[in-house]
Amino acid sequence: MADTAPTMLDVQDIHTYYGHIHALKGITLQVRKGEIVTLIGSNGAGKSTTLKTISGLLQPRQGEVSLDGRRLNGVPAHKIASLGVAQSPEGRRVFPRMSVLENLEMGAFSRGKADPDDLARVFDLFPRLKERASQKAGTMSGGEQQMLAIGRALMARPTLLLLDEPSMGLAPILVEQIFGIVRDINAQGTTVLLVEQNALMALAIAHRGYVLQTGQIVLADEANALAKNEMVRKAYLGEE
Amino acid sequence: MDFNAALFTQYLIIGIASGALIALIALGYTLVYGIVELINFAHGEVFMMGALFATTVVATVGVTNDSSGVAIVFMAIAALLASMLFSGLLNAGIDRVAYRRLRNAPKLAPLIAAIGISFILQNIAIYWKGSNPITPPSLIPTEYVRYNVLTEWFGLETRIRLRVLDLAVLGVTIPLLIGLTWFVYKTRTGKAMRATAQDRDAAALMGIDVNRTIAYAFLIGGALAGAAGMIAVYYNNSARFQMGFRYGLFAFTAAVLGGIGNLAGSVIGALCIGIVWSMSDGFMSQYIEGWGAGWTPAVIFAVLVLVMIFRPTGLLGEQTVDKV
Ligand SMILES: Nc1ncnc2c1ncn2[C@@H]1O[C@H](COP(=O)(O)OP(=O)(O)OP(=O)(O)O)[C@@H](O)[C@H]1O
Ligand SMILES: [Mg+2]
Repeated sequence: MADTAPTMLDVQDIHTYYGHIHALKGITLQVRKGEIVTLIGSNGAGKSTTLKTISGLLQPRQGEVSLDGRRLNGVPAHKIASLGVAQSPEGRRVFPRMSVLENLEMGAFSRGKADPDDLARVFDLFPRLKERASQKAGTMSGGEQQMLAIGRALMARPTLLLLDEPSMGLAPILVEQIFGIVRDINAQGTTVLLVEQNALMALAIAHRGYVLQTGQIVLADEANALAKNEMVRKAYLGEE
Repeated sequence: MDFNAALFTQYLIIGIASGALIALIALGYTLVYGIVELINFAHGEVFMMGALFATTVVATVGVTNDSSGVAIVFMAIAALLASMLFSGLLNAGIDRVAYRRLRNAPKLAPLIAAIGISFILQNIAIYWKGSNPITPPSLIPTEYVRYNVLTEWFGLETRIRLRVLDLAVLGVTIPLLIGLTWFVYKTRTGKAMRATAQDRDAAALMGIDVNRTIAYAFLIGGALAGAAGMIAVYYNNSARFQMGFRYGLFAFTAAVLGGIGNLAGSVIGALCIGIVWSMSDGFMSQYIEGWGAGWTPAVIFAVLVLVMIFRPTGLLGEQTVDKV
């Protein structure tokens, strides 16, 4: 990835709270157009909170988020979605009483109508979803719902895709497949901000990465440098 | 005493018509509950205000016994639409002014706000129309009030009476129910409503304006209550500031009976309640000494309590698949 690509997402020193809980204590990060950037960190570090603040589900009490130079503070989530930001949220959050097809159509809501080409592409990436098109999403297996959540986000044809633990609950072979798909999506022009527990895999496909700890960024570097970093290896890659 | 089939059928007809009316109100409870998990205690009063507004509209425009049939039908439809718009905007307005501010507050807060609003609306109604029952301005020509469709149209010699009013209730309710189903399942806003009901944050991530979508649920629920108000005024030939309490209670019970949040459940629950209501009001007194309409609210409450004990999720509650 060219270091010269323009910054798409710029997060400057954001502080986000849940009531009195100070979850993000000054997060600064950038995602350049065309990149895959990963956020890694242990449970409760603030990864999901960062994504929710970017997508507008939460508002930072301090600091600034901007997309292509446009300030997003105070912009409601649905408007941010229509600016081309799609999120596959933690815990999948598919619409349980809608069919798989309806869920995918909802993914394209901000674009007006679902594009048959996008639908074909999603079904191509996840043939299982095509087989289950009329099944109620709530009755699908966890892994199938994960595919649906990612597929639904792709239906928006996003310019920035936020993925919160896309490999969660998937069988190892599917995890490989999902990371392959993320790389393909990126190669087709979508910028990706990826939150992952599976740091090894995330760093393998990402260009750059940030390490979060209790609401702060403690490390930021090229992905392959982070993968070699001793602290990262100890804390997140399970090495002694 | 023998089973009196004709009398039973008569009360069944009344029960179905009342049930259809209750269904329109019950759907408002269910739509709102489905999307914001609020039991809108002011809903009965939104219905009542629609009923009072209908009398004003008809009185202002005015039709007489001499008006042509077309003029009367046109007037009735105009008053119906006006009440729907009035109650719809009233309900959405209440959400905008009160409930929306309390969206992230503890659940008890909007509930108490709803009770407060229901008192406010009752007081506005007293100020507006007085505290005594009012008789609506004439709309249905007198010869039609006692007209029996079964004899006049079908030539049946029967003691069972099917009035134009009974048919009119169904004639208004059925298209509205079909329209609502179409709206919720087929339109963009309807889909947004279902998505918001199922997962509000996920809906926002799809680009759905959640607040606007919730406002639509209030608008539509209110409009259905307004339609019910217009119908109730002429069905009962009376309106009063308190009428929202009984109808609201019956409709709420119907929604709970059917499984609150479930559209089809509300309609089924409402038909059950309507039939129980009319049987208790009329049929039962034939068999039980001293039974009268005064017992009906107690019977309906008993239904509510029994549902709560034996089937808290309601008749269709478990298959939550079609919950809004
Ligand atoms: N709804 C909430 N209310 C209160 N506190 C919350 C809420 N959601 C998250 N938190 C707190 O904010 C902090 C950051 O949580 P967050 O979900 O962002 O972590 P995470 O890095 O995504 O963790 P995980 O890897 O477990 O998903 C945690 O301390 C968490 O307890
Ligand atoms: Mg998380």
